[in-house]
Amino acid sequence: MTSVLPVPTPDAAPPRRPGSVRFLWLVVVLAALVLLMAASVAIGSRGVGWSDIVAALGGSQETVAEAAVTKRIPRTFLAVLVGAALGLSGAVMQGVTRNPLADPGVLGITMGASLAVVAGLAWFGLFTATSKIFTAIAGAALAAVFVYAVGSLGRGGATPLKLALAGAATSAALTSFVTAIALPRGDIAADVQSWQVGGVGGATVSTITPVLPFLAVGLVISLLSARSLNSLALGDELAAGLGERVALARGLAALGAVLLCGAATAVAGPIWFVGLVVPHLCRLLVGVDHRWLLPFSALAGACLVTASDVLGRIVARPGELDVGIITALVGAPFFIAVVRRQRVREL
Amino acid sequence: MTSTHSLVAEELTLAYGERTVIDGLDLAVPAGRITAIVGANASGKSTLLRSMSRLLAPRAGRVLLDGAAVHRMPAKELARTLGLLPQSPIAPEGITVSDLVGRGRHPHQGVFSRWSREDDAAVAAALEATQTTELAERAVDELSGGQRQRVWIAMALAQQTDVLLLDEPTTFLDVSHQVEVLDLLTDLNAVRGTTIVMVLHDLNLAARYADHLVALEAGRIHAAGAPGDVLTEDCVRAVFGLASRVIVDPVSGKPLVLPIGRHHAAPSTAGAVAAEV
Repeated sequence: MTSVLPVPTPDAAPPRRPGSVRFLWLVVVLAALVLLMAASVAIGSRGVGWSDIVAALGGSQETVAEAAVTKRIPRTFLAVLVGAALGLSGAVMQGVTRNPLADPGVLGITMGASLAVVAGLAWFGLFTATSKIFTAIAGAALAAVFVYAVGSLGRGGATPLKLALAGAATSAALTSFVTAIALPRGDIAADVQSWQVGGVGGATVSTITPVLPFLAVGLVISLLSARSLNSLALGDELAAGLGERVALARGLAALGAVLLCGAATAVAGPIWFVGLVVPHLCRLLVGVDHRWLLPFSALAGACLVTASDVLGRIVARPGELDVGIITALVGAPFFIAVVRRQRVREL
Repeated sequence: MTSTHSLVAEELTLAYGERTVIDGLDLAVPAGRITAIVGANASGKSTLLRSMSRLLAPRAGRVLLDGAAVHRMPAKELARTLGLLPQSPIAPEGITVSDLVGRGRHPHQGVFSRWSREDDAAVAAALEATQTTELAERAVDELSGGQRQRVWIAMALAQQTDVLLLDEPTTFLDVSHQVEVLDLLTDLNAVRGTTIVMVLHDLNLAARYADHLVALEAGRIHAAGAPGDVLTEDCVRAVFGLASRVIVDPVSGKPLVLPIGRHHAAPSTAGAVAAEV
C-alpha cells in the first residue's frame, strides 16, 4: 500500500449523504399522518358528512353528527400522542440495549406501569390523572431496572434473547398479579378492564392535558440522546473512546423512554408491539442514524396507532375494537418474524 | 507536526474484582512514535490499553496525558486528543461506511451543533487515507474483513486525535491485510506524527513495525525499548514460556522470532527442548 495521508482541507469533496431520500420519506410519513388524522375524525360508528366535520372543527355541537365529530377530535390527538410516545420509546430502548427485540411491552415495562396503576386503583384510591401518571412511570421504571438486572445476570451480559426472556417472564408474572388484584374487587373491575385492554376511545381534553408535560419531557430527553445512541451503537468501549459517558448516556436515554412509555400507558392502557414494529420499519426507510430514526419512529408510531384506532372502528361496526387489540394482531406476527430472522444479534 | 503529547502510566495497578491484572506498572509512551505491546494471553495487554483510554479506572496509581490524569479529564476533551479502536467494535446492521466514519466526529460535536464542513473534510480525508472513498456508500456488513478493518481505522482517523490506541488491529486478517493495516498506521505516524500504541499478537510484525516494544509478563513490564534490544531468546522464554531462536530479519534488519516447539529441535537448543519433553 502506497497511500500518503492527505492533510484535511476545507475544500475536500464532501461525501454524499442520502439526505434527499430521507426527506422524501419525511414528506410521505407526514402526509400519511395528516390523512389518517382526517380519517380518524371522519370515520366512526356514526356516519357524518363533510359539512358536519367542518362545523364541528369550528366548535359547533348543534347536531348529533357534529357532537360525534367533536368527541373524535381529542381521541385522534390522543392516538397521535400515544403512538408517537410508544414508537419513540421503542426506538430508544432498542438503541439503549442494542437489542432488536427491545420494546416497552416485550421488556415488561408496560406491564410494570399497568400493575402500578391497577394496584393504585385497588388499594390507594387513585383518583387524579396526575397521580395515575406518576404511579405508572414509577412502575415502568421499576420494571425496567428489574428486567435489565435479571437479563444481565450470567455470562455475556444483557444479550437480546436473555433480555427478551426476562421481559416476557416478568410480563407474565405481572399480568397474573394484575388479575389477582383486580378479580376480587368488583368495585374497580370495570375501571380496570376498560383500561387494561388499551385504547384511546373516550378521551377528552381533560384526560389528555395532564399527560402532556410528561410526554414533552420524555420527548425532549429522547430526541437529545440521538447522538449518544449513535455512539453506543458501536459498542460501549468505542463509545467511551469517542468521549461518551456510557452509563450516564444510557441512563438518560432510558429515563426518556420510560417517561414516554409510562405516561402513554397511564392514559391509554397497555398497547402492545408499537414500540417493536415501528423502529424496525423506520430503519428500512431512513437507516440506522438515530438523529433520523427517532423522529421518524415517533411519526410512524403516531400513524400506526391512529390507523389501528380507525381500523378498529371499521371492522367491528357498529361497535369498536380497541387499539390494543389491533396493534397486537399486527405486532405478534411481526415479532415472530424478527425472532426468526437469522441475524438476531445485538444491533 | 509530530505529536508531543506525553502519555505516562505511574505505578498503575488494575484489577477486575479481586483479580489483579496489572501490578504497579510504570510506562512512558514515546511521543510521535509507534509503540507495540506484546505478551502472552491474559498478561494484561488489553487491560493496560483500556485503562490508558480511561475505560478502566485504576485501583492504584494513575495514567497521565500531558500531566493530567485521564480519569479526571472531561470525556470529550480526552477524546479529542486520544482515540481508541477496541478489538471488536460493533457495526450496526445496514450502516454505510460514510455514516460509520462520520461517527468518529462525535467528540468534536456538541449536543446542538450541526454537521460542519470541517466534519465533512475530516471524513473525506480519513476515507482517502484508508483508500475506502469508493466504498463510502456501501453497507459495512457487505465488506470483506480487510476492507472493514480499514473502515474502522478510517473512523479512528476521522476523530483526528494525536494519540491513537489500537487493540489488536490485525486480528482476523490474513497476512497481506495485516501488513496493509500496519503500513497504513506507519503512514499515519510518518505523515501526521500521530503517537500510536497498539497491542499485537504477532511478535515479528510487532518487531518490524514498532519503534518501541513493551513486553508484558503477568502484569509487569519484562522489558521495554527498541525491538532489537527487547526481543531476545531469553525474553521470549520468560514472557511466553517458549523456546525459540531469534535471528535478524533479512527484510527489515529487526529481530525475527522462530518458535521451536516439541517436534522441531534445532541443534543449538536441543538441550532446552529435551528438558521440556
